[in-house]
Order: sequence, then structure tokens, then C-alpha cells
Amino acid sequence: MYTPHTDRDREEMLKAIGVSSFEELLRQIPQELRKSKFNLPPALTEPELAAHAAELAAKNSRLLNFAGGGAYEHYIPAAVRALVSRGEFVTAYTPYQAEASQGTLQAIYEYQSTVCALFEMDASNASLYDGATALAEAVNAALRITGKTKVVLPQALNPQYKRTLQTYFAPNSAVSFAEVSCKTGVQDVAALETAAQDAACVVLANPNYFGCLEDADEVARIAKAAGALLVAAVNPASLGAVRAPGGYNADIAVAEGQPLGLALGYGGPYLGMFACKKEHLRHIPGRICGITKDLDGKRAFVLTLQAREQHIRREKAASNICSNEALCALTATVYCALLGPAGMRELAELNLEAAHSAADKIAALKGFKIKFGKPYFNEFVVECPGDAAKLRDALLQDGILAGIPLGDMDPSLKNCLLVCATETRTPADIDALVAALRKHANA
Amino acid sequence: MYKPENCKYTKTHEWAFAEGGVAVAGITDFAQHEISDIVFVELPKIGAKTEQNKRCAVIESVKAASDFNAPVSGEVAAANDALSANPALANQSPHGDGWFCKIKMSNPGELDNLMDYAAYQEFIKQPAQH
Repeated sequence: MYTPHTDRDREEMLKAIGVSSFEELLRQIPQELRKSKFNLPPALTEPELAAHAAELAAKNSRLLNFAGGGAYEHYIPAAVRALVSRGEFVTAYTPYQAEASQGTLQAIYEYQSTVCALFEMDASNASLYDGATALAEAVNAALRITGKTKVVLPQALNPQYKRTLQTYFAPNSAVSFAEVSCKTGVQDVAALETAAQDAACVVLANPNYFGCLEDADEVARIAKAAGALLVAAVNPASLGAVRAPGGYNADIAVAEGQPLGLALGYGGPYLGMFACKKEHLRHIPGRICGITKDLDGKRAFVLTLQAREQHIRREKAASNICSNEALCALTATVYCALLGPAGMRELAELNLEAAHSAADKIAALKGFKIKFGKPYFNEFVVECPGDAAKLRDALLQDGILAGIPLGDMDPSLKNCLLVCATETRTPADIDALVAALRKHANA
Repeated sequence: MYKPENCKYTKTHEWAFAEGGVAVAGITDFAQHEISDIVFVELPKIGAKTEQNKRCAVIESVKAASDFNAPVSGEVAAANDALSANPALANQSPHGDGWFCKIKMSNPGELDNLMDYAAYQEFIKQPAQH
């Protein structure tokens, strides 16, 4: 291990605190606690270590990927990685000190502006941990704002988001969840109408976990009529083609920001996007960056509205979130700026095209059909001729990850596979998937 | 104006001005000085229940958030929308335009638990008490 201290540095430090040796400094720690052996292999040289890491990396299988389910494989332009890996941005922590962090704070401000433009909402925070956390924080805000205790969720909500909500709210027995059936792929309107009564919020997943786009206006109308807030969880990569949450009157909009230029990275670090109407500004969780003027009248960026936060408001804070995902937020900002509005539209169209082409070709296979006849973005449910998990496993042998089997989520969907095709899947990729499905379904 | 001499006071620096079963409530001049520039108040909703000495509103200054405790128990009959729109009113006119809410008292006898003007003036002279 490299440490920058010389023997002489150590000697001076020991002398300054009045001990004669390092051993003497540790005298207070009982001997039996100091005998630890770490049982580590001997240290490697740098070339040995590089070779070892390359060997481990080679164990990864490079699958042709048709799995989505909340994390999506998109192309990341080289400019995104080049810009965000600049040393100035790679900071370990939220920059509190406005006098030392104008660049980072401005980047966060630009991120917030980007989110507001993309979602058509009034105010965004500096980002949260991931999409699931963002939804849990949105629900938390809705509970605080309305003073009510019931939360309405669609059955077709990402199961991981449901688990995160459980983690957040299971300790609070006053909070209850009502789940609205999605038998047709989208929420059952009559069931939603009943469930929304006395609810703090109605959660709209758009697209939902089945990839289906909901009738957002109808869900919004039902939520508002019942006096509940509308919380929309969206896919930001879809918003070039799918209406933004502000357009259907959502009170709070959240998203997993990973599709905006972040690597899949085995699940993280990801990006929780959170925005709301201005009237809910004081209930936003986490950091917010604002724009102001310094003493000389020059433009300056600062963290603002901090009286919501736990270091000031303590247990009455809007949330116990006190950090953000600054580098991931910057990545999403650079990605959106690089694509621009026209590029975001093109991205969404390419996804629509790839997914619809894949769906059409799979639907033409004997024994396969598209489960729901609803509009979808880049993901859809395929009903297979047999057990979807077995079929997925069979295709893995051909180097293809065909999708996510839904039997774990709902046993009645045992034969169903959630298939995703983003702009990264070429016609040849899709043909390879279709050929493999044909081969293994008949096997 | 809800004349300070005619108000009753909590130990947490709220005043109550009772008239016909309804108490108008606000923060004292001493409190607004201590809190300094108030940038936001979160007022209770009409119809909300209050309990004497329990939080019913929140006051934010630039660097701190403080609770506003109800001086009496009852039900909120009115909230000062002008204060929500312009929180500085609580600094400029704590006993006037900066009032917080009106509470329909469920137990007017509770007013006897509060300090009168003279007692409150004595109270704020004792630095350790607040």
C-alpha cells in the first residue's frame, strides 16, 4: 500500500502528540484485538494486477441483450464519457461550499433545468439514489402533503419499486397500499376508481412494468376527482415520443435516469429523477441548487431551500435524503444536451421502431403471441408456448438474453417473457432472437 | 391589530387573542426577532384539529425551521393566506397582518394556562427560560 508519509513525517507526528512510537500510540487497544490476520494473498505488481483484472473481466459473458425491466441498454456517445470523466467533475460528495464549487453547482442547476424541460414540471431536485427511491420519496411527499395514508399502486409496477416502497413504509403501520389489477396490460379503470377514494396519491407507471402505456389522462382524472395526488413514474428515454407528466397534470414525476447515458453497470450507480409542481416545492426531498447573485452582483449557484432538510429541520425534515447522484446527474445532463430535443425524439422513435419490429416478428412465430394489445414503447410481453424461464435459459446457451420471465412476479404469467429492444438492437440482432426462439420453442 | 396587552402567551412565544370562542394566534415580536427573516410559513388547513402547545404550523427562516405551537386546542377556522403569500408580514407586523390562524376553541378554559402580557414580559427577560 502506498502512503505518502516518510519515516521522518511519522516521527514528527508522534513527537507532536507526545508518544515515542507507533506501538505506544496503539497501547490502549487490547492485544487480543490486534492479532488479526487478514489471510490475503501476497501483493501483486501493477502488471500482475492488470493481468488478473483482465482475466476476471474475461469471465463476463457478452450476451445479446433483450432484457429491460427498469434498466435499459442504450448507446452512450463517446462525448458523454469524455466530458463527465473530467477531473473537475469527479467529486466525492455533494458540494456545499458555493465559494469553491461553482462549476459543479452549475452542472446540477443545468440538470434540474433539463429535468423540468423533459418532464414539463416546475421544479426538480438535484437527484436521488435511483428510480425506486425517487418513487418512494414521491409517495412520502404525497403522504405529507395530503395528510392521508392510502397509496394506490398499479399491479404492473416494477417489483423492485414495490419492494423499495415496502422497505420505506412497512415500519409505518398507518400507511396502506391498494393494488389495481392490470389484467389487460393497463390499470382496470373501475378498480382504480374505487381504490382512489381517500388516497394520498395514485401512482401511474407509464410505461408500466409490462411495457404498456396507460391512459394517463383517465388515470389523472380519476386521481384528481378522488382528491388524490398523481405521481407519475416514467421512462425518460421515451419522452421524445410519449407525453410528459406535466402534460397530464401529474403533481410529482419521477424516473430512473439510467437510460440517459448511464451504463447498466450491474445495477448502479443509477439516477433518481424527481420533479413536481411549484406548489409542492417545500416538500421536495434532498438537495436543490438555486441561482442567485453574489455581493458583486455576479451570477452564482448555491444550494437553496435547505430549511426542508434534515440538518436544519431534524426529524421534521421533508426526507432523510441528504445527498445526490451528482456525477450521474451530470451524465444525464450531458447526454440530453448532446441529443437535444430533436435527438431525444429520434431516440424515442428508434426505440419504438426496434421494439415494434421485434414484436411483429415474434408474433409471427408459431405458438408465440403478444400478450397485451396496448400501445407500448420499447418493451412488451410475449406469451410463449411453454415455461418462459426455461426458454430464457435455453437461449442463454446461444448467447442471447431473451428477456425477463414474469412467473416470479405473477404465477399466472409463467409463460410470459418481458422483451425489450432499444435502438441498440439491429434488424440482424432481432432476427437472431427470432431464430433462437423458433429453434428452442420447438426443441 | 391584536394589542399585545390584550393577548395571552405561551412559553414557546405564540400569542392568542380570544374573542367570542375564537382565538387568533400568531408569534410574538420577541420570537420574530429571534427567528429573523422569515421566508416561509406552512399554515394548518382549515378544519384541522389543534392541541394546546402542540405543533400546528412551521416557520422557516433562511437558516432554520421552527415549530409554531397552537396556544389553544380546537379547530382551525381560518388561516392567513396573506401571510403564506408574504411571510415577511410575521416580521413586520407580528400582532397585526402577520397573524397565523384563527382557532375555534374547544376548551376556552385553557386560556388560563397561558401567561398574560405582564408575565410574558417578565418571562422573556429571563435568558435561561427560552
